[in-house]
Amino acid sequence: MSEPILQVRDLHVRFNTPDGIVHAVKGATFDIAKGEVVGVVGESGSGKSQMFMATIGLLASNGEATGSVRFKGQELIGAKQSDLLKIRGSGIGVIFQDPLTSLTPHMKIGQQIVEILTVHKKIGRQEAQRRALDMLELVRIPEARRRMGQYPHELSGGMRQRVMIAIATACGPDMLIADEPTTALDVTVQAQVLEIMRDLTRELGTSIALVSHDMGVIASMCDRVQVMRYGEFVEAGPVDEIFYAPHHDYTKMLLDAVPRLDQPDRPGHPRLPAVNLAGRETLLKVDDVKVHFPIRMGGGLFAKTKPLKAVNGVSFQLKKGETLGIVGESGCGKSTLARAVLQLVEPREGSVVWLGQKELMTTRGAEMRRMRKEMQIVFQDPLASLDPRMPIGASIAEPLKTQEPGLPAAEVRSRVKDMMLKVGLDPAWINRYPHEFSGGQNQRVGIARAMIVRPQLVVCDEAVSALDVSIQRQIVDLLMKLQAEFGMSLMFISHDLAVVRQISHRIMVLYLGRIVELADREAIYERPLHPYTRALISAVPLPDPKLERAKPRAKLQGDLPSPLDTRASLTFLKSKAINDPDAEQYVPMLIEAEPGHFVAEHDPV
Amino acid sequence: MLGYIIRRLLGAIPTLFIIIAATFFLMRLAPGGPFDGERRLPPEIERNIKAAYNLDKPVVEQFGLYLGKLVQGDFGPSFKNKDFSVSELIALGAPVSLKLGLLAITVAILVGSSLGVYAALRQNTASDYTVMSLAMIGITIPTFVTAPFLTLILGVYLGWLPVAGYGDGALANMILPVTVLALPQIAIIARLVRGSMVEVLRSNFVRTARAKGLTEMQVVWRHVLRAGLLPLVSYLGPAIAGLMTGSLVVEQIFGLPGIGRYFVQGALNRDYTLVMGVVILFATLIIILNLVADILYRVLDPKVRLG
Repeated sequence: MSEPILQVRDLHVRFNTPDGIVHAVKGATFDIAKGEVVGVVGESGSGKSQMFMATIGLLASNGEATGSVRFKGQELIGAKQSDLLKIRGSGIGVIFQDPLTSLTPHMKIGQQIVEILTVHKKIGRQEAQRRALDMLELVRIPEARRRMGQYPHELSGGMRQRVMIAIATACGPDMLIADEPTTALDVTVQAQVLEIMRDLTRELGTSIALVSHDMGVIASMCDRVQVMRYGEFVEAGPVDEIFYAPHHDYTKMLLDAVPRLDQPDRPGHPRLPAVNLAGRETLLKVDDVKVHFPIRMGGGLFAKTKPLKAVNGVSFQLKKGETLGIVGESGCGKSTLARAVLQLVEPREGSVVWLGQKELMTTRGAEMRRMRKEMQIVFQDPLASLDPRMPIGASIAEPLKTQEPGLPAAEVRSRVKDMMLKVGLDPAWINRYPHEFSGGQNQRVGIARAMIVRPQLVVCDEAVSALDVSIQRQIVDLLMKLQAEFGMSLMFISHDLAVVRQISHRIMVLYLGRIVELADREAIYERPLHPYTRALISAVPLPDPKLERAKPRAKLQGDLPSPLDTRASLTFLKSKAINDPDAEQYVPMLIEAEPGHFVAEHDPV
Repeated sequence: MLGYIIRRLLGAIPTLFIIIAATFFLMRLAPGGPFDGERRLPPEIERNIKAAYNLDKPVVEQFGLYLGKLVQGDFGPSFKNKDFSVSELIALGAPVSLKLGLLAITVAILVGSSLGVYAALRQNTASDYTVMSLAMIGITIPTFVTAPFLTLILGVYLGWLPVAGYGDGALANMILPVTVLALPQIAIIARLVRGSMVEVLRSNFVRTARAKGLTEMQVVWRHVLRAGLLPLVSYLGPAIAGLMTGSLVVEQIFGLPGIGRYFVQGALNRDYTLVMGVVILFATLIIILNLVADILYRVLDPKVRLG
């Protein structure tokens, strides 16, 4: 075997913090060969990103790296700044996680690519411009010439990440460090970005160090895998060995916790009980709900407004004790729909009938406040959605105090403690503050706060998306356990199709504010009818390297069209579209293809 | 862009109206009037004077008459400076005040932001702490303390600079007033810029710039400065307002014949029209300069679009 591109020997990273020395990486040793993709997996705080930042000398100022990192034989730890500068960007390119904040906001994207070329290659501006354009085309950015003059905020997330890849690879580096490169992206966009990275290794022989928490991404991309926990490698080996014959308990736990799109109910976890929903009472009947936000177009004294149809005519029913999963990519209106149902967003139209009698759309004031006892919500970011100055006990008690003001304090306290126990929190923590807890524990607080008034409907808006897989698994298990005990209905919103499959009885797929498919979970994953549903499902990388290698690659090209363009709603029914971005377009009907399986009209594939 | 500016200017009309009304009626509420003196005037003379200046009419009617003149661009005659109209007095004082203000804001921006950038790049070192402590002192000590203190040292003991007076606009006469006026702003701007620079230096896109292999100099010039100085632009509006109020005191202390001095004298003498004129001028300036700052902000930050 040839000399490895990167040789890391006994690398330590320490941070000097006010709370003492934090030993983030404890003696990492590994090699990356030419053209090899090495995955580093681990949960947040495992030190996986810091390890690579240390490699290229980009630790925060309170960080210190010791040990040895050789890049093509050259020692990088303790190297002169001028030598490091030559390697950064030229020998080693870096793709960071969040493409919006990782690009300079006030610099045109063309300029950002030109910059790295002029720094490392001795070429003129003209030549650099030309090569930058080539790079944008290489990463498949449509209308590359026009994009050169745009700012990062004018591009979608997927495009920004492709610009990031163009910058990282502009100087033809021998190695790429990809730090959670697709974590902030939608699945279909993720599939495209991964495909571009795959092409780079295949065609240019670039080695990739892929840092990710997503086992699916690792399985689909990597040759070898290093599993990291608390700054140490607990296991390392070829990808198949790690996935099919893991030795270390932590690797096993990680793999077990990963939600599998292809295996919804796995041993050792609560199963979604098979329930006969037909005989149950309808909790919620939603009919033709619309939320249209007026968007100002252009400047001028009397600028016109265009409606942004965030939710555009959605109808469904929710039975008592049922979980309805709502999936779709960012901007599809899933959160807005939930907020419209809960009467938390203006302006809304349509009808939401509660228990067959009460029209929520016209219920206001004190009456609506009383109704809120029955409908609660759990948000995405557990820490940010709790008041940092309130002990968790007070946060949990708040809905109860609002809804049952006469309750004696002792009774409130005992109910809060009861609920804490039920969500897996020690009641002794009642006076602690959110910052003292982990993300998973804070989300348990969020769930306890929602459940304390025994609502009949709980909306979980990306409630597990910000959590590590092992914690995610626990929260999903908890929600299922609570549903079995209290029988509430759930609207479970997520962009993660695998998690939705674990928890939901029925699943709704949204695309630009409309339902494209609505069916039982088995039907939707095993017999998807709509091309968009199929594309979504096939885009999810499975944590199974063999299946991933055998899988045909993503088909959906390009980005989500602008929701302001009325033609966008007919992306899958082009035959009926009128070619005018402002025209009133045909509305695709929802057809019941088989009992309980609804699909929107679409062109034959 | 033009639509935006017009919308903003139209939106300023009610603001300006409220300021005018509030000043007008507050002035009338203050005890005493422009023609009350130690020596009581004979009743008929007093009546005549009041009639000449419309002071015998009900206050609301006076306000209406004043507004009527105002929309024609007439600030009226000064009650106390005989033979001068308010417009003439403003025209006399404006060049002095303008010179003082422009010099002070320029010095404040240049020195303040340089100090801020310097401190941010040497974050948590002795030089950072020194600059920031000095800035803290600059903010806490009021102008009426720094002015006599600096005058005493530089003017009286060392004799390097004139103690007061305009000296027909000689630079030496401007150094002390400009320094005194700019000092608190330098301090505020330095702290502001340091804070935002430190934040930008830690941001993801700066990490990207470093990962590109740029030198620290290139990183700072191309990627950090523009974002780091943005908060300064939003602070320009309040800064200018601060300078204007500061100039009232400074002009008084250094005996500069600027607008500020008229304002103070006008307020003391109940020279209604003069005070109104200066207030309207200042308010208009602040509104316009805030608009300029907003436009500048949008030019610097492509994410903010006019609309």
